[in-house]
Amino acid sequence: MSEEIIRFEHFGFQYNAQSSPTLFDINLTVRRGEKVLIAGPSGCGKSTLAHCINGLIPFSYRGERTGSLTIAGKTADALGLFGISRHVGTVLQDSDGQFIGLTVAEDIAFALENDCVADPELHERVKRTAGLVGIDTHLAHAPEDLSGGQKQRVALAGVMVEDVDLLLFDEPLANLDPATGKAAIELIDDLQRQTGAAVVIIEHRLEDALHRDVDRVVLMGGGRILADMPPDELLSGALLTENGIREPLYITALRYAGVEITPDMAPRSIEAMRLDEDAKRKVRDWFQALPESAPMEEQSAQLEAEGLRFSYAPGEREALKGVSLTLRRGELAAIVGTNGAGKSTFSKVVCGFEIQQAGTLRLDGADLNGLSIKERADHIGYVMQNPNQMISQVMIFDEVALGLRTRNVPEDEIRERVQEALQICGLWPFRNWPVSALSFGQKKRVTIASILVLKPEIIILDEPTAGQDYRHYTEIMEFLLSLNRRGYTIVMITHDMHLMLEYARRALVFSGGRLIADAPCAEVLTDPEVIARASLKETSLYALALRCGISDGRGFVRRFIAYEREVARA
Amino acid sequence: MRNIFNYVDRPSPIHRLTGATKLVCLLLWSFAAMLTYDTRLLAVLPVLSLGMFMLSRIRLKDVSFMLGFTVVFMVLNNVLVFLFAPQHGVSLYGTRHKLFSLGGNYVVTAEQLFYHLNLVLKYLATIPIVLLFVCTTNPSEFAASLNRIGVKYSVACAVALALRYIPDIQREYHDISRAQQARGIEMSRKQSLVKRLRSAGAILIPLILSSMDRIETISNAMSLRGFGKNKKRTWYMGRRFTAADFAAMAFCALLLAASLWLNRVNGGRFWNPFQ
Repeated sequence: MSEEIIRFEHFGFQYNAQSSPTLFDINLTVRRGEKVLIAGPSGCGKSTLAHCINGLIPFSYRGERTGSLTIAGKTADALGLFGISRHVGTVLQDSDGQFIGLTVAEDIAFALENDCVADPELHERVKRTAGLVGIDTHLAHAPEDLSGGQKQRVALAGVMVEDVDLLLFDEPLANLDPATGKAAIELIDDLQRQTGAAVVIIEHRLEDALHRDVDRVVLMGGGRILADMPPDELLSGALLTENGIREPLYITALRYAGVEITPDMAPRSIEAMRLDEDAKRKVRDWFQALPESAPMEEQSAQLEAEGLRFSYAPGEREALKGVSLTLRRGELAAIVGTNGAGKSTFSKVVCGFEIQQAGTLRLDGADLNGLSIKERADHIGYVMQNPNQMISQVMIFDEVALGLRTRNVPEDEIRERVQEALQICGLWPFRNWPVSALSFGQKKRVTIASILVLKPEIIILDEPTAGQDYRHYTEIMEFLLSLNRRGYTIVMITHDMHLMLEYARRALVFSGGRLIADAPCAEVLTDPEVIARASLKETSLYALALRCGISDGRGFVRRFIAYEREVARA
Repeated sequence: MRNIFNYVDRPSPIHRLTGATKLVCLLLWSFAAMLTYDTRLLAVLPVLSLGMFMLSRIRLKDVSFMLGFTVVFMVLNNVLVFLFAPQHGVSLYGTRHKLFSLGGNYVVTAEQLFYHLNLVLKYLATIPIVLLFVCTTNPSEFAASLNRIGVKYSVACAVALALRYIPDIQREYHDISRAQQARGIEMSRKQSLVKRLRSAGAILIPLILSSMDRIETISNAMSLRGFGKNKKRTWYMGRRFTAADFAAMAFCALLLAASLWLNRVNGGRFWNPFQ
C-alpha cells in the first residue's frame, strides 16, 4: 500500500517565458491508494504542479527545473510524456474541449487506439470501462447530446481505460451544476475504492470537494506548499481564509457563533462533524441574537415576460415551454438550473439574439417585439461568460468605446462616457494599456465596461465568476453589487450556489424549459423538491441549523447571509 | 446539418461495405465518369447508381436538399454552355446537323444537343454516387477509412477532429456575432466595405483567440492520451474487408478500365455517332 507514485523533492520550476519561478521548493509524496486534494488561489502554482505530474511539463511547456521529481520511481525524462501517461491519467477542466472522438465510444477508445490495441480487445475494454463509469448506455452518442456530467464521465473513462496508477483531476467541479458536481465527487471516490489508484484533485471549491473524505489537503500559495495535512487539521486553523480559500459555510457560521473548531470535532463535513451541546447552544444563541433580516421592498416591474416559447429548429424539443416572469427595477436576481434547463436561451431571447415563437416581452410596458438586437442593447446588456469571446480591440479604451463608435456618438461624448465606465469599473488607470496585458478578471471588467458604456438599465451576466478564486470572485461580485446600488438591474446566470445565496435577492429556477421556482434564495436552497428538480444542492448552513435544533432553518440561512454581508463590509 | 456528412443510419448492403471501400469506389467511379464522354457508358452509370440508391434504402427526402442544389447547378451549367458556346458540339464532332435557329449565332444543332445530353448524363452518373457516399458513410468511420487507403493517421485524425469541432465553432461564431451585433457591429450590405471589414474583425478576432485556447486544450488532451506514440494506430470504428468489399472495388475498377478502353477505341474522349 505504500508504493510511491509521485515524489517531489525540493522541486522548483520556472517557465521559459517568465522572469521568476512559478514553483519553489516543493516536497510532496503521493502513494498508491491515497486521495489528495490540492487547493489554492488562482496563480498559486497548482496548475503548474499538475502539469509537472502529468508530464506536460517539461514536454509541452518548456522551462527550467530544479530539485527532483520521480513518477513511479523514474524521472520524467526517463519515462517521456507517453511513459508518464501510462501511470498518470489526467481529466482536464474543460470536459467538452477534451472530447476528441465523434462519439462516446471512440473517445474512450482513443488511448487504446494510440497503443495499437486491436479488436476484439479494443471493443471489450471500451465497453468494460464505460460500464465502470456508468456511461455504457450512451456509447453511440455525440458530445452535443450529452450533459456536462456525462461528458466528464466520458473523460474519466478515457483515462481509466489504460489502468493508470494515479488519476489527476484539474478543477473537476468547474463546469458542473451543484448536484452533478456532488455526483462527480462520489464517482471519483467509488472508483478509487474499486481500483486502488491514487487520486489527486485540484479544486478551490473546498466545501464541495470535501463532500467525500480525502486523506490530505495540500494548500498552495505563491508557488509554495503552505500546508499538507488531514482536512480536519487544516479546517481547524486559519490558514485557508488567510490564503484566499473559502472555508465551508458551516465552519464560518460556527466561528461567528464563537465555537472553537478543533481537529477532533471532525470538521471535514457537516455530516461527520461532532457537535457537543455547548457548541449547539452557542449557535442557537447567536441565531437568536441576530435581527430578522428586513423583507424586500417591492419595486415596480421593469421587464415582463409572458408565455415565452422557443425552439432552436422547427420540430425540435422546445428550449422554453411557456416562461412567464417579472424582473423588478433595481433588483439583483440569479437564474439557476441544469445545463439545458433554458437559462441561457431565456437570456438570449430577452436580448433578441433569438426570437421567441410565442409569448411577449415588455420593457417598462412597451413591447420589445420588432426591436433589433442593437436597439435592445440600449436597454439590456449581455456579458458573455468568457471575456475572450467579446474582446476584439487591441487597446482598452477602444474596446470600451466600440459600441459608441458604431452608434456614431460624437468623439467628445465618447471620451466622457468611456471615462465614466472605466472609472466605475476601476480600470481608468489602465485606459491606455493593451487588453492583452490584463488578467482574466480584469478582462471581464473590460467587457462589463463595454456594456455599461451603452447605459443599459438591465445587465445580464453569464457565469460572472466562472474560473475565479475566492478573492477575484469577491472582487467581481462586490463590483456588481456596487453597480446594483447605482440602480442597475442585474441578472446572473450561475451554477454557483454560494454566489446566489450571498448576492442575489431572488432566485429564478429553471428546469426543462420551465420556470419552476421564483423565490428568495434562502427559500429555494432549503426546499428539497426544488433542489431535486433543478439539480441544486442544499446549503450546509441548513443542515447545521437542523443539527443545532433550530427549526427555522430558512431563517438561519437568511440571518447568516445578512450578518456575513455586514462583516464583509466592515 | 451537423457536418458535411448526412449519415442516414438505415442498415443496407451498401451501409455494410466499409468506409474505405466506399471511398475507393467513389474515386474509381468518378474517374470513370469524368474521363470519358462515351454516351454508352455514361448512360449505363446513372442506371447502376439508381439501382444502388434503391439498394441503400436512402429515401429521396433524405437527400432532397442536396439534390435540388445540384439540379439547379446542372441547369445553370447547361444554359451557360449554350449561351457562351452554342457551336461547341459542332467543333467537337466535326459535322453540323442544323435543327432550327434562335437568331444570330444561336443555331441549335443535333451535335450541340448531343453534347448537352452527355453533360447531363455526367451529372446523373456522378452526383447520386456522391450522395450515396455521404449518406451511407458513418463519419466516425471515415478517418479509419482514410488511414486504411494509405493516408497518414495524423492527417486522418485531423479530418476527424475537424468533423468533431466544426459544429462547435459554428455555434461559437453564432454567439459571438450576436453579442457583437448588440454592440452595434453590423455585417449588412448597407455598410461601406471598410466598415464591413472592420466588423468582420470584431467577430473573427474573438473567434480566432478562443479557437487558439481550444486548440491548446485539444492538443494537450491528445498527447496526454498517447497520440503519436507509435507509427501506427488502430481504429475503434475500423472494420475488416469482406468479400462484398473486394467485389465492389473490383467492379468499380472494371468501370474505370472500361472508361479508359473506350477512350482508346474512340480515339479520344468523345464517342461520335455522327460519322
